[in-house]
Amino acid sequence: MSTIGYQSWAVDLAEVGAIYPFQGYEVLMTVVGVIFWLGWHWLQFRNENEELKKQQKRD
Amino acid sequence: MDSNLNALTTIFTEFYYWVTVVFMFLIHVGFCLYEVSASRRKNHMHTLMKNLMIIPLVTVTFFFFGWWIYWAFPNFPFFGGLDLAASSANTPWSDTMGTNLNDHITGVFWAAFLLFSWTAASIVSGSVIERIRSSAFWLHAILIGSVFWVIDAAWGWHYAGWMVRELGYHDAYASGVIHAIAGGYALGVLTVLGPRIGKFDEHGAPRDIPPHNPWLLTIGIFMIYTGFWGFYAACNVPIISPEIIDGQIIGSTWTATNIYLSPTSLSAITFNFLMSLSGGLMAAYIVSKGDAFWTFSGGLAGIITASAGNDLYHPMQAMLIGAIGVVFAYKLHYWVERKFKIDDAVGAVAVHGYSGFIGLVISGFVLWGSPSSPFEGYQTINPLGQLAGAIIMFGLLGFLPAYIVTRIQSSLGVLRIPKSVELSGLDFLDDALYQKSRAEIIAAEEKESDR
Repeated sequence: MSTIGYQSWAVDLAEVGAIYPFQGYEVLMTVVGVIFWLGWHWLQFRNENEELKKQQKRD
Repeated sequence: MDSNLNALTTIFTEFYYWVTVVFMFLIHVGFCLYEVSASRRKNHMHTLMKNLMIIPLVTVTFFFFGWWIYWAFPNFPFFGGLDLAASSANTPWSDTMGTNLNDHITGVFWAAFLLFSWTAASIVSGSVIERIRSSAFWLHAILIGSVFWVIDAAWGWHYAGWMVRELGYHDAYASGVIHAIAGGYALGVLTVLGPRIGKFDEHGAPRDIPPHNPWLLTIGIFMIYTGFWGFYAACNVPIISPEIIDGQIIGSTWTATNIYLSPTSLSAITFNFLMSLSGGLMAAYIVSKGDAFWTFSGGLAGIITASAGNDLYHPMQAMLIGAIGVVFAYKLHYWVERKFKIDDAVGAVAVHGYSGFIGLVISGFVLWGSPSSPFEGYQTINPLGQLAGAIIMFGLLGFLPAYIVTRIQSSLGVLRIPKSVELSGLDFLDDALYQKSRAEIIAAEEKESDR
């Protein structure tokens, strides 16, 4: 078993394409990446709201 | 260089490494700026000199014995003796260690490794500012820069290193061989050195000691990012044929490789460098609630976490792994600070040590079963081998020797500056002299204008 599809480099490199792990799951990885990105905006928005409220209270 | 193609390849490779060295110089400039900015005004010139002198001290010792260690130690002492045949071309008295028209590579390759050595020493330098004696630190700079990181490079960052062969250790852009070891080493020194006066209150709660110049610090970290590009490029062999590699690869397709001579590409590492930087920045911004300095450092920690496997990862994996590493490093930093009263002035143990450690562990799972080498008889990459590698880097070659040497320095009374000097500041006398000279020259000018 190898996550990149090759267990050794006993190959002709002219015939080798992608060598990243979990080939075939690119769409799923993209979905996870997009969730991370949108989740970041949600968390940032929430944190900023809390910070602004705190500052308003001090004023 | 008996043919035009051979000559072009050789000169291209020579120039490639030379450019990486120039880029990597920016890492040291960045570390100097960052460290000086993080120190208080009363200490900044001594802080600068402490880091600056890494350059000559590590350079000459790396020339004298560091470079030889890399070629002599791949199997020593656990799986064989010193490789005296390979290392004979890398002694200070070898004719390839000087101007030699039959060797265009040794000098630039030596310099690329040397710049890694400066980085290893510089990582430790930042964490111990404002209370360590320069003389004590410079011994550590030589030990981490010209001895211990070079041993780990021979074991785990050499195409014939025993860790690669026996453990399947894989660390393409030095999560462990530079960052985990330097972080572990810094922790070993800090454990004995103790915190700066006033860092912890009477209840043991840590106080923040803010940087004296946040803007200079910002420029410093951006310079480190820039230099990191050179670091990544320097970890690759830019172009090589299967015939020269002389391993299992068949056919005649030339390739770029990582340090183990396994195929990768400059394009792959460009994707992954930027995505892991971004994942690190995004995670650090959230976890630190927008703290500027943790966010900057988080970018670095993101790259460092993903570095072990950034020759093979998909960019999305690099981004997520970078983000995970940052959260781990940030949380662990504050836990260790509170629990053990460790005063790491720049967060170097977290950014380099913890991120590098977790990066190695993660890569063992994500790259499980992948070849660690183009040569026959090598273990494939696996979680246990990566975990063992992380422990060797952080603990065995980093923390342990640092702790022992620092203990000896402490018992001899040559580790820490006197309390009165720490309170008045390391630059106190220099400042007094400066003010005196300034007053004298102003008085002389006024006297001249009265004539």
